Amino acid sequence: MNILDQAAGTFFAEVREMLAQMEDCLLRLEADPDDRDTLDALFRSAHTIKGSAGLFGFDQVVSFTHEVETVLDQVREGTVDLSAPMVALLLRCADMIGVLIGRLESPSSYAGEDTGREAEALALVGELKAARGDAGTPAPAPNAPVGTSTPDAGDAPTDPVCGAWHVSVRFGRDMFRNGMDPLAFIRYLGTLGDIEHVETVDDAIPEKPDFDAESCYLGFEIRLATAASRSAIEEAFSFVRDDCELRLVPPGSRIDAYLALIDQLPEAYERLGAILVACGAVTPGELERALALQAQGATQAKPVEPIGSLLVRETGVPRRVVDAAIGKQGKARETRAEESRLLRISSDKLDGLINLVGELVIAGAGANLLAQRAKDRPLTEATQTVLRLVEDIRNSALQLRMVQINETFTRFRRVVHDVSQSLGKHIELSISGAETELDKSVVERIGDPLMHLVRNALDHGIEMPEDRVAAGKPATAKVSLNAFHDSGSIVIEVTDDGRGLDRDRILRKAIERGLVEAGTPLTDAEVMNLVFEAGFSTAEQVTDLSGRGVGMDVVRRNIEALRGTVSLASRLGEGTRVTIRLPLTLAIIDGFLVDVAGGSYVLPLDLVRECVDLRPDCAEQIGDAAVGCIDLHGEVLPVVHLAAWFGRPRTESRRRSVVVVQFGEQRAGLVVDRLLGEFQTVIKPLGKLFAQLKGIGGSTILGSGEVALILDVPSLVASAARGAAAQYAAGR
Amino acid sequence: MNTSASSKAVSMHRQAARPSDQVDEDADGLADGEPAQFLTFSLNGEMFAVAISHIKEIIEFGQPTEVPMMPAFIRGVINLRGAVVPVIDLNARFGREASAVSRRSCIVIVEVPAEDGAQDIGIMVDAVSEVLEIPASEIEPAPSFGSRIRSAFLQGMGKVDGRFVMILSIGQVLSVDELAQLGEAANASA
Repeated sequence: MNILDQAAGTFFAEVREMLAQMEDCLLRLEADPDDRDTLDALFRSAHTIKGSAGLFGFDQVVSFTHEVETVLDQVREGTVDLSAPMVALLLRCADMIGVLIGRLESPSSYAGEDTGREAEALALVGELKAARGDAGTPAPAPNAPVGTSTPDAGDAPTDPVCGAWHVSVRFGRDMFRNGMDPLAFIRYLGTLGDIEHVETVDDAIPEKPDFDAESCYLGFEIRLATAASRSAIEEAFSFVRDDCELRLVPPGSRIDAYLALIDQLPEAYERLGAILVACGAVTPGELERALALQAQGATQAKPVEPIGSLLVRETGVPRRVVDAAIGKQGKARETRAEESRLLRISSDKLDGLINLVGELVIAGAGANLLAQRAKDRPLTEATQTVLRLVEDIRNSALQLRMVQINETFTRFRRVVHDVSQSLGKHIELSISGAETELDKSVVERIGDPLMHLVRNALDHGIEMPEDRVAAGKPATAKVSLNAFHDSGSIVIEVTDDGRGLDRDRILRKAIERGLVEAGTPLTDAEVMNLVFEAGFSTAEQVTDLSGRGVGMDVVRRNIEALRGTVSLASRLGEGTRVTIRLPLTLAIIDGFLVDVAGGSYVLPLDLVRECVDLRPDCAEQIGDAAVGCIDLHGEVLPVVHLAAWFGRPRTESRRRSVVVVQFGEQRAGLVVDRLLGEFQTVIKPLGKLFAQLKGIGGSTILGSGEVALILDVPSLVASAARGAAAQYAAGR
Repeated sequence: MNTSASSKAVSMHRQAARPSDQVDEDADGLADGEPAQFLTFSLNGEMFAVAISHIKEIIEFGQPTEVPMMPAFIRGVINLRGAVVPVIDLNARFGREASAVSRRSCIVIVEVPAEDGAQDIGIMVDAVSEVLEIPASEIEPAPSFGSRIRSAFLQGMGKVDGRFVMILSIGQVLSVDELAQLGEAANASA
């Protein structure tokens, strides 16, 4: 059981995935109830949850999910309609499964609310039953066409043990090694119906010297009274399907079927006969007669037939059904193969690996530096090869952390669904670029700001349907989430076609709040982005400004903490688009190393456009000022003189250089003392002490062991611009 | 790598101390009657002490990388075996002239409790003296005024050989929140 305990962690993660999938399917089905594939996927998710929960003996989850599954089965058969209230009910059921699972996972956090939950679960079960039209009686759904369609069913009433399946299973030797427990399967079978009898077949256990305690030699003959279909029983064993011999004899089968079973099993006739009698599958008399018949027939050698045709012949399962079952198994095997190619790894292990690779990058750079200094050509080449390999490892290691943004986006389907229902708005969510990949740590931390933006769009951006119609827009509003890669960063857009922002009102409010001087000339974009200013929005402005901008400063802070930027564009009456730009990873960047007044600083390489010499006349013009501007190919380029800006003692410099950086639309120059070249930069956070430091984004360790600071170029340029603006305002 | 002989000495003392007292459980070593161990060091000619349970290691003074636009008491950051650790100039923190670097200057790495886990901070001292055991009976509460540094920074005054040593309250002196706030203020004015 211990292995099962360990596996429970995986189980919880899997169930959560399945629940997310269920939710996604349900929401998609709401839009298109006839989508057969989605319906099947939905059914499979519910079934997998039930199956895995049964494996772990989580009976409550099994019985609850069973009810959900029953309804879904009826939906599949078309006896129950998947109406909007039905979807809502099923969504609530999915939530309840989540609660039940959560309670199993961490019992303490749910302590004390047991009774309420139980009642809620029961109420939901009641609703489910009402929905499928059989109030109260837990009569099993007529979902077993396979079992009931056997031609032998007509003879069945004469047989006293009709209605019970005979399940014959021989587990594979590696059962235990694979972390499976035979008991769990039998327990799960118990949830499908009544186990009338279990006979353990231990004949395969070898004598002592050959006995391997880690191997499973067991088989079981089980008499199971159930209304479940053949496929349902088979699926109970789906976890070990490839690794066990499973034979089913449907209820009401004649003695021939059992004889065929005996034929196929490895154990001796007499032994099997005794077992079957013990199970109550056959009576001793029948067995004797049959064995006698068998002995006669045995002289005519039978050609070996594939199990499929045997099934058709011996048990009378219609050909069509067998074909379907085989096809289904093939499909199931495919998905399993897909799954087995995926590994679940704790992110701590991955972080550890990335850290080590980071250290390796630093150590490699150090070795390369020494080799270059020693002027040893072969050694330099060798270290360079190592460096190149390390870079490949770095890239692969980072790739491991990359996940699709899909999951984050899909969450919003539910949000949009719930909010549009509760607010009475018609909103359609369109998602594009869901396969865009970005670092897991970014994904984890982008959820909250995104949620804020989407909620804002739903609550305040989108108008009521009648207002939209009055404004000449379609009643159904559109909110879209879009993600794509763009020059070394990932861009996420949240767009709505709602009422948009009123430029004049924002400007008025900003002036009132003292964020800008009245009369300052501002572009539309600058005005719109005032909503991100801290102190722009307060509670009493919620209604005034349609609530837009509430907590937008928090959104900006969260995104800036990820070294990203956020901007907003809006047109009154037409909609709003918020654009978030994020780095692909937080761990390592390609850097560009520069020297400023004797200290080393790193710029993110993908921001660097070009490097030019600072012409003496320009240098003179700038002088000691922290900011100035130069002539770059005939255009005016604002520059920040880093040494002066950082307040470093002025060095009588030789030739200075200007690094031209560009991010988004903004271009600027940074005056540095020396260019030191490209550098693989492992980002080390500077810690809370330096959290408020503007213009410095982190630190890194150079090959020499020295610490270099990483410039946060956007924030550096922005604060330089603000500093300059403050100076002008002060009348200098 | 950088670990000097003195750091080894400290860790030996700590191990020797383990069985008898509970330095680790009782961070400040004052609550019970057991004698607690302190690392003493000199700063500007005065003796200070810090409970040894806070101290991780002592390294030679290596020139830190200066971080611009930070208050003077933040000397910069150093590379401590791959981790970037800030270095605080205690003299500057106490509102005096910044410490001058001498041959005996050391950086004492201390672990400071913070909201989100402990943070390592280096403090720059003129010279490390020794590890002392000071019985609780020999520790006086800090005077409300008259001591040469802010009394909130002091955990008490220990009597050693008839002399007072100032026992620093690391949580106060290196309060991450307060340091960050001071940094923010310096940044805003820059």
